[in-house]
Amino acid sequence: MAHYWQEINALTMRWVRRLSREKFSMLFTLVQPMLFWLIFFGNLFQRAADTQVMQAPNYISFLAAGVVVMTVLNNGLAGGVDLLFDKENGFLERLMSTPIHRTSVILSRFIFVMAITSMQVLVILGVSYLFGVHPATGILGVATILLIGMMFGIGLTAISMAMAFSVKSHGDFFSVLGFLSLPMIFLSSALVPLTAMPGWMSFLAQFNPMTWAIDAVRPLILSGWTEALPHVGMVVLVMLAFDALCLYGGAKAFRRAMG
Amino acid sequence: MDRAIAINVSRLCKTYDNHKAVDDLSFQIYAGEIFALLGPNGAGKSTTLRTLITLLHPTSGTATVMGYDTVREADQVRTVIGYVPQERAIDRFLTGREHLQLLGALYHLTKEEAAKRIDELLKLVDLEVHADRPAKTYSGGMKRKLDIACGLLPDPKILFLDEPTLGLDVQSRLRIWEYIRMLKTRGMTVVMTTNYLDEADQLCDRLAIIDGGKIKTLGSPAELKIALGGDIVSLTLKETSRIQSLESDLTGRPAIKTVRATTKGLDIRVETPEKALPTILESANRLGCDIEFIQYNRPRLDDVFIAHTGRAITESPPEVESA
Repeated sequence: MAHYWQEINALTMRWVRRLSREKFSMLFTLVQPMLFWLIFFGNLFQRAADTQVMQAPNYISFLAAGVVVMTVLNNGLAGGVDLLFDKENGFLERLMSTPIHRTSVILSRFIFVMAITSMQVLVILGVSYLFGVHPATGILGVATILLIGMMFGIGLTAISMAMAFSVKSHGDFFSVLGFLSLPMIFLSSALVPLTAMPGWMSFLAQFNPMTWAIDAVRPLILSGWTEALPHVGMVVLVMLAFDALCLYGGAKAFRRAMG
Repeated sequence: MDRAIAINVSRLCKTYDNHKAVDDLSFQIYAGEIFALLGPNGAGKSTTLRTLITLLHPTSGTATVMGYDTVREADQVRTVIGYVPQERAIDRFLTGREHLQLLGALYHLTKEEAAKRIDELLKLVDLEVHADRPAKTYSGGMKRKLDIACGLLPDPKILFLDEPTLGLDVQSRLRIWEYIRMLKTRGMTVVMTTNYLDEADQLCDRLAIIDGGKIKTLGSPAELKIALGGDIVSLTLKETSRIQSLESDLTGRPAIKTVRATTKGLDIRVETPEKALPTILESANRLGCDIEFIQYNRPRLDDVFIAHTGRAITESPPEVESA
């Protein structure tokens, strides 16, 4: 057990070191979602969006939950990229030829992606606060939002890693990634509520796990516990199923790739 | 002579989608030797190597490393081996020292143990000065040295190297060869793949030529060359009229395999030149044949390769990496 911890600690610190050496990349990673979506998109639609339809005091307060979950989505889907490069340049083989527990590398990646994502979510909530969006459920609500983010993120990161282990080239990986990300966002309640969508889109959006996550995060920010609790309970169940499915697929892909 | 066996491969097969990458390989590697798997790209040598370092499970057959099965006892195998993957298995953002520290933790060394060993290794591969610079500033040769230091960090019984000098400039190459020879003098077993004939020839105690997933031949470079039918001594005589008498005199003598007359002299296949040359000279003297010119050709490993695979090794020109 002490060995296991030593391995995971060293491997996680490697991801942290890498990020700290890429200061520019870190800055953009952290700033991009708030800049693009929250600040530009949110303010752009501030007056165009109908608050009656949104059921929110203004568009930014409606959008905050969407941006939080979008950040989880993008970080999760990109979570396998570094492993993909490790696989391609042989670094992964070097790691796997050492007497480490077979799950250490993957677990270190989960821990790192979850930590970065949580930090970003906090930054987004902080910026929203500056725009007058004050989470109705307080600190405990923020903790719940982080928990939901992590539950969604684990499944997404597992998908990403499974893809990293399965694809023949990283070109394939980025094509699939680019293809997945935007439709997932548009076919969810991130930008508009399902009731305001064309029928076929709202139908598809119901099956998007992202919609469930947003529908729980949004009342945590806008309404309060009484409104939020049923959604939170539901999303925990949905995410448990989602994670189980993704982890099962990820484990299969990993086993196939690692002999 | 009974030698300790470090690696035993028995009827090893690895199949990918009906393609046999490795087809019924059996061989042994002795403790303390430098052993090479030589073959063109796609011959199956990397697949074999990756099976030995526990990263691939064989489709059938078994391999043991220091007596441990590579599938059932993979963890024990991993504790006694070091691995140097092909070039660029390096994290550009980490420094040389951080690479070694990471591996130190993965081999479960304490910080003090690791620090001590890391200092020794950095000195050994001559990277002390550059140890705290990110690896992206390293030249190709420096990256390779760091690779080797990483492979040596666990103080392995057996070191595996995958194409250790691929793409390196001549100087770095000679440097790497020096390290490998030095490891052998310390008693380490070294197993490597290569598609450079000269590398296998100059560095290895024994080698296996692999092509199409099968071992075509196995032995020391000298043995393999001798097995081809020996070295050739070519004589040019001053008086061509004497060729016949010398030919009949030499035929059937010990150490001489075949004698063939040419227009200006004789081509004599010999087992070893040390044994054959005195006989040839004595004969020529006795019969009064004046020799104008003697040429002695030793078969090269290229000839061995062609003889066993039916074609020349397809070497792509080494791409020299810029710093």
